[in-house]
Amino acid sequence: MTTVEEQPTTTEIGASRTRKEDRHLITGQSTWVDNMTLPGMVHLAILRSPMAHAKITAIDVEGARSAPGVVGAWSGRDIADVQGDLPCAWPVTPEMINPGAPSLAVDQVNFVGDAVAVVAARSAAEAVDALEEIDIDYEPLPPVLDLEDAVADGATLVHESIGTNTSFRWEFDSAAAGSGGSVDDAVRDAEVTVKRRFLQQRLSPGFMEPRSVLVQPKDDAITVWSTTQIPHILRTMLGLTLGIPEHKIHVIAPDVGGAFGGKITITPEEVIATILARKLGRPVKFTETRSETLAAAHHGRGQIQDLTITATRDGQITGLDVHLLADLGAYLRLLTPGVPILGAFMFPGIYKIPAYRFRCDGIFTTKVPTDAYRGAGRPEATFGIERIIDELAAELGMDPMELRRKNWITHEEVPFTTVAGLTYDSGNYEAATERALELAGWEELKAEQARRRESKDPVQLGLGISTFTEMCGLAPSRVLGSLDYAAGGWEHASVRVLPTGKVEVVTGISPHGQGHVTGFSQIVADRLGVPFEDIEIIHGDTRSSPKGLDTYGSRSLSVGGVAVVQAVDKVIEKARKVAAHIMEANEDDLEYADGAFTVAGAPGSSVPFGDIAFAVFSAHDLPEGMEPSLNSEATYDPGHFSFPHGTHLCAVEVDTETGHVGIRTYACVDDVGTPINPMLIDGQVHGGLAQGIAQALFEEVVYDEDGNLVTGTFVDYTLPTAADLPSFRTDRTVTPSTDNPLGVKGVGEAGTIASTPAVVNAIVDALRPLGITDVEMPCTPERVWRAIQAHTSSQGEVR
Amino acid sequence: MTRIKVHVDGVEYTDDVEPRTLLVHYLRETLGKTGTVVGCDTSSCGACTVHLDGASVKSCSVLAVQADGSTVDTVEGLAKDGQLHPMQQAFTDCHSLQCGYCTPGMIMASIDLLKDNPDPTEQEIREGLEGNLCRCTGYQNIVRAVQQVAGGAQS
Repeated sequence: MTTVEEQPTTTEIGASRTRKEDRHLITGQSTWVDNMTLPGMVHLAILRSPMAHAKITAIDVEGARSAPGVVGAWSGRDIADVQGDLPCAWPVTPEMINPGAPSLAVDQVNFVGDAVAVVAARSAAEAVDALEEIDIDYEPLPPVLDLEDAVADGATLVHESIGTNTSFRWEFDSAAAGSGGSVDDAVRDAEVTVKRRFLQQRLSPGFMEPRSVLVQPKDDAITVWSTTQIPHILRTMLGLTLGIPEHKIHVIAPDVGGAFGGKITITPEEVIATILARKLGRPVKFTETRSETLAAAHHGRGQIQDLTITATRDGQITGLDVHLLADLGAYLRLLTPGVPILGAFMFPGIYKIPAYRFRCDGIFTTKVPTDAYRGAGRPEATFGIERIIDELAAELGMDPMELRRKNWITHEEVPFTTVAGLTYDSGNYEAATERALELAGWEELKAEQARRRESKDPVQLGLGISTFTEMCGLAPSRVLGSLDYAAGGWEHASVRVLPTGKVEVVTGISPHGQGHVTGFSQIVADRLGVPFEDIEIIHGDTRSSPKGLDTYGSRSLSVGGVAVVQAVDKVIEKARKVAAHIMEANEDDLEYADGAFTVAGAPGSSVPFGDIAFAVFSAHDLPEGMEPSLNSEATYDPGHFSFPHGTHLCAVEVDTETGHVGIRTYACVDDVGTPINPMLIDGQVHGGLAQGIAQALFEEVVYDEDGNLVTGTFVDYTLPTAADLPSFRTDRTVTPSTDNPLGVKGVGEAGTIASTPAVVNAIVDALRPLGITDVEMPCTPERVWRAIQAHTSSQGEVR
Repeated sequence: MTRIKVHVDGVEYTDDVEPRTLLVHYLRETLGKTGTVVGCDTSSCGACTVHLDGASVKSCSVLAVQADGSTVDTVEGLAKDGQLHPMQQAFTDCHSLQCGYCTPGMIMASIDLLKDNPDPTEQEIREGLEGNLCRCTGYQNIVRAVQQVAGGAQS
């Protein structure tokens, strides 16, 4: 049973503090990797394949070696014996096939953008100039682009050596798992069956800072500055890939200009730069161009989804069957195979579904690999279920909100274990929905829609709903183990108390814009009673961080933040011993509040934390046997995922004459548990909405029939601008997580997960009276217009 | 090589540059002014926006030689004696930045927007910033910051 709480506030918890992070970012003092120069540094330029699929029959870099300013040039053959294979940390099944992934292609290229040679020169311009002097002969092979063609008999193989284009098949069946019934029975007995195919287009994460890496060698050690969101994981994986002892690798993520999952990876360029820095004995830097990002940085999404939903005639869902073809691209990168699997558990959404089956085939294509992108598997799943719910509602002649109400888990039923085996610990979908309907002005919008339909207005109004939850706060380590993910999901924090009472907190989380330094400072200030300004949050450097698992999967607060709380609580316990000794009182008689210990009932007796800190530093009189230190650390392994949820409502105006879609109103209520800093939460929601809406309306990676990347620059890959988006109406409900002492859930991915189906449902809703039941994403004016024309011409007139 | 003389953030610099050198690369690599950044290679993103003789330009679409004899103002010259420019202050007040990569260009573009149009509507702000991409914020708080500065200037 979950009831919605009053938003709790203390001076710090719930305060919309402005950010400590901002000063250097708004004054041009940022520390991007590309800003850095070191003595003797050389720049790399990379030659990339213009062919989607080809054998390299000859390559000669000699011309480049003698170009002006060039220090060296190498082909894949030159580093084949040291480069190893880029790691994949998620073998999702024991039978999964990994063909290996070279950083520089040796005998064959498998996507346009695949790296084939590298030049090092004194300046970036000289390195790029020298690429022109490299001679390379390709023998073209047919590209492999269509997922269904790729698994058909006689298909061209991306990797001949493995004899197939299918890397894995992963299945979940609620009947076999014991979490529900048989989907085949549900289909056989169904009163109503709706089948749909949905396409999840490839997307580019679109972080504004292109990827950059600088490697500095010293003796047998290296320092690596990288625009990574995973400094700890990069360190471990770089060591394993290249056989460099882990303790000889120091990774620093300085300011990182956005990532969104696109920088969770061990990149070919990081490996190449490391190899060359050690070979040359001098610092090596590589910064990609945006064209390189679009071609060679991993894409998100990329799925064909076939869904079947069964129900009774009065709208009770009886089963859900999902078959996914996942476009892996040419190689398996760090998490490539696992991304679609993360969605496996979320197709049931917020609904009570008696029977569920999920099957996913991971398929190689001659395109750049796919991997994590904001939501990683969960936006795809939420899209599938929220779209097919609307399709089922249409089939039943039911209002889509009524169908949701009829099938969703009510707040009295929470905690609830779903047919996918996840236990949602908290959530109140009814309350979020009520507030969202109010926020959107839903009734007025419905009335306007009716009026426009009546008057056959060329601009129709469409109303779309998305009610979602997601599993995030990655993750309970034992669950990751059961999914064959190579690492755990714990997080670490250590608190260092300085002699003057200032506090340093080292977190294993790696922020890249979210505001964690501010949020964590608020938590520490609240818990320890030390002023917000007296706290320094340290992150992103493997030399100062004892351990960590970095930032992704909306884990920073619900896992990282809890580790901070646990470490702070240990500090307070140590301080209590010292206070009791100084105050000659029993520990049990001491209260700690507002940064001071007081003997209960004796208010004049208080000793502030700062005094304790100095007493420990000087160590002149400490309790018997106590080490002279308040410093403490904690490693927290969450017991469960966290489950933020929300209701998103979108009203679009569809111009039936031009196909143009404009968002009239976007209102959303998100429940992320206890809010630490509402302004930061809103920021994450806004940014997430922009990306989810962009998938619905604007963005798509396009390869042509030869496998050439058509959307190769920002001219053709159209990120939304300020003029393309509305202002969003956002609000919150609060159902604290029951799994952690802060009651927090995650928020980083929520907006993206929810918004895409809200927009597409709205567009389809506008056009349903014309008989249209789907528009393929992105719903550009051309696509919408063509859908209308196709229907009109087949019907003879617009109805 | 061509010799150029450029006034950047209040200081005059004389340098020899290759004619093909972009202004943004001259700022970053020759002058060490890394506050201005590169986000794309098609003049689409606006992260490189600076003021050239008082008007905003994308410094990736200007050759350094074209700035010979001109004044360039970058984000690094905005704060005076430790006092933030009102637009910088508004950006932090309104949480108009997250990762901060688009921020220098966005601030420079916003200042120029208000110079041309001191009392813009929300739509005019959004259209005025069309040339500056942001992937983190969804733009809403950036619009609020511009409104805050415009409102402050009115009062």
